[in-house]
Amino acid sequence: MSLVYAGACSHAPGITGRAERADPELRESFYKNFRRLGQEIHDAKPDALVIIGAEHFANFFMDNMPAICVGMADHYESPIEDEQWLGIQRTRVPGNAELSRRLIERILQSSDVAYAEEWKFDHGVAVPLNFLTPDYDIPIIPVNINCQGPPLIPLHRAYAFGQALRTAIDGIPERIAVVCTGGISHWPATPDSGKINEAWDREFLDRFINNRRDEILSYTDEETYRDAGQGGFEIRTFIALAGLCGGATGELYFYAPIPIFAVGCTVARMNLS
Amino acid sequence: MSLYYVQKLLYQLNRDSYVRKRFDDDFDLLLAEYELTPEETEAIRKPDIGLLYVLGVNGQILMHYAAMRDYEWDEYLAAMRKGLKDHGPVRAGLYATVWE
Repeated sequence: MSLVYAGACSHAPGITGRAERADPELRESFYKNFRRLGQEIHDAKPDALVIIGAEHFANFFMDNMPAICVGMADHYESPIEDEQWLGIQRTRVPGNAELSRRLIERILQSSDVAYAEEWKFDHGVAVPLNFLTPDYDIPIIPVNINCQGPPLIPLHRAYAFGQALRTAIDGIPERIAVVCTGGISHWPATPDSGKINEAWDREFLDRFINNRRDEILSYTDEETYRDAGQGGFEIRTFIALAGLCGGATGELYFYAPIPIFAVGCTVARMNLS
Repeated sequence: MSLYYVQKLLYQLNRDSYVRKRFDDDFDLLLAEYELTPEETEAIRKPDIGLLYVLGVNGQILMHYAAMRDYEWDEYLAAMRKGLKDHGPVRAGLYATVWE
């Protein structure tokens, strides 16, 4: 089996950009679990880390918006945002174009994805890497699911992408770790920024951690927008990971609403058999 | 209303240093390349972050333009709230979605 690790985490820009404004105890507990995920990824000795994210109009815009796109470059710039604003120093992150290409060719057997040979990570990838691979010592393969500009991919198609990614990973000799990153309920960068529907988050996470497929696919976008804000559309990244992991269940390492980070901060891992 | 082009300009400002330089050096010529209404042009020029939000600019794009125009985070949030008060509800885009 070449899928050696699967986890989930948040990525909101406030996590690093407004760090000093959060409750220190809560923040450090969150950071500790974030770094724990990073240590476990390193312990799994992956040849590459696939990050399934939901970027925010950094590379993809409504002039040509892919539902799903996979990076296929030997390096990526990160972050695209102002370094001071995000609190992360700009750097060049290693990729692996040849490995990306082999994965993409296999994914395309059953799922339609675009590819990109140039990609500037926004906070959606830069914040997770800041904790997971702070030395940028593991090649990254970014995957973007459009969760920002509707029309969006239906949830069952995000799940099916996860299954296609798993089949692709199972067919190559390299050891691959996968992390999904998204917000759950949140209203980022709007007048409601900081609002978090904790009950909705906990219900979603319970369905996700226990990999109850029909229940995590049952949300309509109308319900999600009403109860979880436009940021809730990012559950597609979690759903793709659930598809990747088949029926595997997971363990929630951390969840706590941190309003100044504008999201219910989450760290979880899946138990691969 | 040409929300698409407002967002396109702000998106390009965020990611393209050349567009950003033209914004600083030759604002009017740059804006003439986008299909903008006088209200949109003025909101970008001023800037009126609250009006841009009401016009429908996605916050994931707007927050970077606000930061570029030296808005601190709390000032950015306050500007959007003031925009809603001054100009009424969001007129277009994701935040004005009416579900069937």
